[in-house]
Amino acid sequence: MSTTVIQIITLITTAISFGTVILFGSLGEILTEKSGHLNLGVPGIMYLGGIGGLIGSFLYENASASPVPFVGMLVALAGTLICSVLGGLIYSFLTVTLRANQNVTGLTLTILGSGVANFFGGSLSKLAGGVGQISVPATSSAFCATQKLSDALVALVSKGASSSGFLRVLGGVLDGFDKVFLSYGFMVYVAVIIAILLSLFINRTSKGLNLRAVGENPATADAAGINVIRYKYLATCTGAAISGLGGLYYVMDYINGTWANDGNIEALGWLAVALVIFATWKPLRSIWGAYLFGALYWLYNYIPGLTRSMQEVFKMLPYAVTIIVLIMVSLRHKKEDLPPSSLGLSYFREDR
Amino acid sequence: MEEKTNVTAEKKKVTIPRGDPAVEMIGITKTFGSIVANSSVSLSIYHGEILSLLGENGSGKTTLMNMLSGIYFPDAGTIKVNGKAVSIRSPKDAYDLHIGMIHQHFKLVGLLTAAENIMLGLKGKFVLDLKSVRKAVRDICEKYGFDIDPDKKVYDMSVSEKQTLEIVKVLYRGADILILDEPTAVLTPQETQRLFGIIRNMKADGKSIVIITHKLHEVMAVSDRVAVLRKGVYIGDLATKDTNPQQLTDMMVGRAVSLNIERPEPENIRECLKVENLSVVDSEGVTKLQDVSFTAYGGEILGVAGVSGSGQKELLEAVAGLQPAKPGSSIVFTDMDGKTSSLIGKTPMEIKKLGVHLAFVPEDRLGMGLVGDLDIADNMLIRTYTEGNSVFVDMKRPRKLAQEIVKEFEVVTPGITTPVRKLSGGNVQKVLVGREISGNPSLMMSAYAVRGLDINTSYTIYRLMNEQKKRGAAVIYVGEDLDVLLELCDRILVLCAGRISGIVDGRKTTKEEVGLMMTHLPSEEAQA
Repeated sequence: MSTTVIQIITLITTAISFGTVILFGSLGEILTEKSGHLNLGVPGIMYLGGIGGLIGSFLYENASASPVPFVGMLVALAGTLICSVLGGLIYSFLTVTLRANQNVTGLTLTILGSGVANFFGGSLSKLAGGVGQISVPATSSAFCATQKLSDALVALVSKGASSSGFLRVLGGVLDGFDKVFLSYGFMVYVAVIIAILLSLFINRTSKGLNLRAVGENPATADAAGINVIRYKYLATCTGAAISGLGGLYYVMDYINGTWANDGNIEALGWLAVALVIFATWKPLRSIWGAYLFGALYWLYNYIPGLTRSMQEVFKMLPYAVTIIVLIMVSLRHKKEDLPPSSLGLSYFREDR
Repeated sequence: MEEKTNVTAEKKKVTIPRGDPAVEMIGITKTFGSIVANSSVSLSIYHGEILSLLGENGSGKTTLMNMLSGIYFPDAGTIKVNGKAVSIRSPKDAYDLHIGMIHQHFKLVGLLTAAENIMLGLKGKFVLDLKSVRKAVRDICEKYGFDIDPDKKVYDMSVSEKQTLEIVKVLYRGADILILDEPTAVLTPQETQRLFGIIRNMKADGKSIVIITHKLHEVMAVSDRVAVLRKGVYIGDLATKDTNPQQLTDMMVGRAVSLNIERPEPENIRECLKVENLSVVDSEGVTKLQDVSFTAYGGEILGVAGVSGSGQKELLEAVAGLQPAKPGSSIVFTDMDGKTSSLIGKTPMEIKKLGVHLAFVPEDRLGMGLVGDLDIADNMLIRTYTEGNSVFVDMKRPRKLAQEIVKEFEVVTPGITTPVRKLSGGNVQKVLVGREISGNPSLMMSAYAVRGLDINTSYTIYRLMNEQKKRGAAVIYVGEDLDVLLELCDRILVLCAGRISGIVDGRKTTKEEVGLMMTHLPSEEAQA
């Protein structure tokens, strides 16, 4: 394969594995925002999800003599869901029940989440014997395991590659297919499945219709007999759970079961919030949006001769694209592309 | 066999003969903070009747009905439905008791289609089944004579369509008792007639209908019985055929009120505002006004009539400096001393600096007129904050003005520090008009100044307009109620699709003449 093709394939795979982190984050946020709640605590919740999973699997692997990867994975998932839903509960209790300002609450949650996560990340490092020593190899292996096309088949095709031009091309294609579509841990596919299910839920089910009504006009939803408070809580907490998976995926797969107090998750969390806007609150759009963000973010690696500062400019591209989308959306002014009408507003039935 | 007879007996029992109340509200009290919205109100609604719930703004009509529809929960009192005491804690409970309310501010989600709005909150299959809703909607439409497209998005609908959708929605949910809150406030006369037809159809179908209103002629036209509330207290009920508007007004207001609008003869007429060839094109390139020329005189009220959206808004806004006029237009203002100044191309601030004192009561009271989240005093400040040379804003004067307005116009408010959005519609308008006329304007413009207001407040507004006229100000009154225009105005300018179809004498013209001019421009041949 030519180097250009290899480079393109690497960019795509980098984009997809990177994009999956923000895809989880944004899917959770889309669900939350559909209920009219702007949760700027996504970075914090992703932090909580990441550290929750790590703590769970770390304790399990330390307690067990020969940790089973699958069990480690389940423990990690449970840890993530518990921690991120807790984050979601804090947010929904403050904004739904106490009707606190959503922006302030969300930002506070981000600060809290990153603080808590980095605190426990530091503690785990200490337990593990020093910075950079945390490792959950068994659990991480369960997250990173890939299911490629039969290697034998690829080998066979490549073997015959020297003799036949057709087989050579076929081998290359198979290899490329493996790399582009099948070289990831299962969470990458889970993210896509969640996006599709979320889209079907929002657009095709009666509960999804109710949820949209709650986010558009809670007073109307209330008058129609919808339990607005319950929908808001459920959407916010489920959304937090999905966002938290992004943190888990980052910790277990993207950085292979370690921890670094480097603030990366927060940066990714903000990208996830930007992606919600980019995708105009549509889960399916956020799939390719996430991968596009990933590609744009890592583009600088594939452009030779960039200075350090130019690299940073390139990393800005996802945000620049989001701004362009915002401009386009407001120019087109299609009502279906606008955020939920009551986004950011708290609801109280007897408000006069 | 026995069971079967039992079931039929059950069914017969449910169809209670007329005379038994469908709903009884007994001793209902509801307070909001220190405000008592309903004080021990008892009211019954009977099967198959059209009941008008009459009262001024803030008399607690809507609050009372909101307690039937589950929006509010009473502080004290009992509600009985078909003789059984019930507790209505949410709109869902109300629907389960077959009570449905059509709110004044429609409870519809703009982004969804008609069918989706009807589906909202209903138990059904997990996967949306819009097909069956569409069919049910068509059936209801056929039965009562509605016309509605189930797949139309609500944001594409006219006000009248939205209202129809609300009624269909409530019927789809099986309501037998329909409460309509000020249903005609936003409708044209034709649409109102159609609505009344539908209401009568529903009554014929055995439903009970409650209409919350303060419009007497509607009470007389459509209802069987009238119940009157005043300041949260139940005054009494009457059969519509046994009463008359004057008696109802007296019950509603609590004292005898004259229903005639005063119209003093204009005195000391002088030219105040001369508009020539005014043309306005909106941001989308649509011509809103074309070659409009007229003169408004100090000491008279010039009415502006027209189907809504005929350019009334643009006309007033062009004069106020809010709407750019096309080149060639001319707006010249003459003040009391005879000094003239052109208002074309000026911003409201520049117009003010010219010394032109212009009072403007726009249609959009809580958007363009007042700031809803600011209190009464701060809303006064909006007019005066640029005055004086101090770094600090003079807060004393606006506060004093606010107090004066509250006192003079009997604004019902806990205090001048209450945000105006918390006031009722009539009180909001009093605050706005009070501010606008506070500095003795030489030109007073108002758009739909009495829309949504009760009789008492409406008459206060007419009186204030007349006071300005007697003072020598030119008053431009954009109105929709032709009866009022004919009684109040000296001359009436009739707009039709952005052009003037004529200016008539308010004392000599008839409703029919103005109505015809509103929809027909004088033909070109006739002019030539």
